[in-house]
Amino acid sequence: MANKVADSISREEFFYGHKACAGCGGSLAVRAALKVLGQNAVSVLPAGCMSEVGFNFPQLCFSNNSIISTFAGTASMLTGVEAGLRARGYKDFTAVGFAGDGGTADIGIQALSGAIDRNDNIIYICYDNEAYMNTGIQKSGLTPFGAKTTTTPAGSNIHGNIRPKKNMFEIVAAHDIPYAATASVGYIADFIAKVQKASQIQGTKYIHVIAPCPTGWGVVPDETVDIAREVVDCGLWYLAEYENGEFTLNHKPKEFTDVAAYLKKQGRFKHLSDEDIRIITESRDKKWDYINKNFGI
Amino acid sequence: MKKFLSGNEAFAEGIRLARPQVISAYPITPQTIVVERLSEMVEDGSLTAEYVHVESEHSALSCAIGASAAGARAFTATSSQGLLYMAECLYYAAGGRFPIVMMNADRSTALPWNIYGDQRDSLSQLDSGWIQAYAENAQEALDLALMSYRIAEDKRVSTPYMANLDGFVLTHTYETVDIPTREQADSFLQPYETDNRIDFDNPRNMAFSAGPDTNYIFKYKEHEGVLAAREVISETEAAFTEIFGRQYTGLTENYLTEDADYIIVTLGSIAGLCRETADKLRGQGIKAGVVRIRYMRPFPNVEIADVLRNVKAYAVLEKDVSFGNEGTVFTNVNSALKKAGIDVRGYNFIGGLGGRNISAADIENIYTSITDGTDAVNFIGIGGEDNGK
Repeated sequence: MANKVADSISREEFFYGHKACAGCGGSLAVRAALKVLGQNAVSVLPAGCMSEVGFNFPQLCFSNNSIISTFAGTASMLTGVEAGLRARGYKDFTAVGFAGDGGTADIGIQALSGAIDRNDNIIYICYDNEAYMNTGIQKSGLTPFGAKTTTTPAGSNIHGNIRPKKNMFEIVAAHDIPYAATASVGYIADFIAKVQKASQIQGTKYIHVIAPCPTGWGVVPDETVDIAREVVDCGLWYLAEYENGEFTLNHKPKEFTDVAAYLKKQGRFKHLSDEDIRIITESRDKKWDYINKNFGI
Repeated sequence: MKKFLSGNEAFAEGIRLARPQVISAYPITPQTIVVERLSEMVEDGSLTAEYVHVESEHSALSCAIGASAAGARAFTATSSQGLLYMAECLYYAAGGRFPIVMMNADRSTALPWNIYGDQRDSLSQLDSGWIQAYAENAQEALDLALMSYRIAEDKRVSTPYMANLDGFVLTHTYETVDIPTREQADSFLQPYETDNRIDFDNPRNMAFSAGPDTNYIFKYKEHEGVLAAREVISETEAAFTEIFGRQYTGLTENYLTEDADYIIVTLGSIAGLCRETADKLRGQGIKAGVVRIRYMRPFPNVEIADVLRNVKAYAVLEKDVSFGNEGTVFTNVNSALKKAGIDVRGYNFIGGLGGRNISAADIENIYTSITDGTDAVNFIGIGGEDNGK
């Protein structure tokens, strides 16, 4: 399986020599996606980790056409790039956006919603590391319940972030988008297959990939992939697709691994009480009741 | 072909003739007619363009930047709150050297809410790196639309271009406008060619970061680009006259200034009333003149110094104030004189905010006030540090 996946993508590197932190999950997602989409991908990246580490003149790290957008403007710039290239007669290209969780679920959600509404022919990939990592680990709309960030400190009064993650996947699906998917860099073959599938579909495509940030999560850099698997295995994330108006679950763990074990190995969750973990586990179970009822397999 | 058109409609006709390839449109009063007409032109096939219904002004300009980065000619239009909402993208487009053209319907900025014309929206963005033109009438609006791309896309310039039309007074007022033929327009304006674009043979990393060592060099070059527009505007207007017959006079337009003792410097559609008043005063033996600033960026430093050098006093009449100081046009005019070593009495007259009428009597009063001497900064008809006494 692994070889088959490796053989299906380019051996060429399109995002190389950048300054991302060791073990960066976001850069792994960008690297893999560009290997699928190839030389004629045009990437749009907003102000954020990937643009910060890849576009420092004169050290420019993309070997495909790439451009930084405004923070709020990933989707709107993608629209413009796609429309502009099409207006100039180009057909064989893919306009792909790579935005973080804050750039997607907070400041960029309006432009993203507009692009889906127009059904612009773009792929939008959200690499979700669950906080504003580039600016120093501040809470975003996709920071999970209980996580300690530099703006949601964990003390005796408040135990980190008091709100759960926004459900971007279903928000996007509610636009009746042609294709949306969740993924994790811990299940890279699944992610690659979804990027491949998205590249074959006309209209707007959205892929939400969990991409751990060792710096912000408080794990060692060589655990990125393991922790990105474990978040799926313990049921706090799931691998699914939305297509033709239907939700499909791609991977159903036979038995969930221990939520507490997943949480406690990360610095950002070290402070959580038994009660906090009970709340997180209950909300996981409630989510899976919903998935089991509403998602096909 | 002559047609009876509003300023907005005339501008849309000019844009049709300029063949933009991508139009991103979001409605705001009093700009709406422009994007409505353009959508009809795309529908009826008289304009071939990708028409993108964006969900905000921020996206309107962000989309235009993306299209320009793809090498396409891009157009958008806005006004007031919309201009302020997209402000981040103004600086972005200029820094990226993307020669987008945007029409701005000059309108008051909230609060209090008001949809009528003043120039506080565009003048607040003078530092954004865009060329800024101010039209006086519908014909000039159409002609600016056509000239704008040729100026913005010139390799010496590579700078976005904002054409300003006074809200309602110009955008919604009907005049007879001469619409050039497609053949004339095509002979005047060539398709957009640039190296500053996505290139599949030689992939580019665009809109990058530049640290302290290089950043200011990019900024210096951006400054040079706007300054270069000065010469390119003059060349473009000469080429325009050759094909279309109509003449324009660069960054400023002077009226009866040769021997003038008293000059009003202003911009936009109020200039006509100023000229009429100057005519009337000339009949009474007062040597009155008018300077209409056509371009606020690049700023007509030389033209202003030359025309005001020998006057007894000048007034700057503007629909703008920089709170806590004075009108921004006044500041710019005074700077031009200071740099040229000219010491002439100058006065600022602020009026028309939120669309309040400026009457012929108000303008006559300005000439009288500066003859006698008045406060430095005057709010027409209000009092305080004004000429309302």
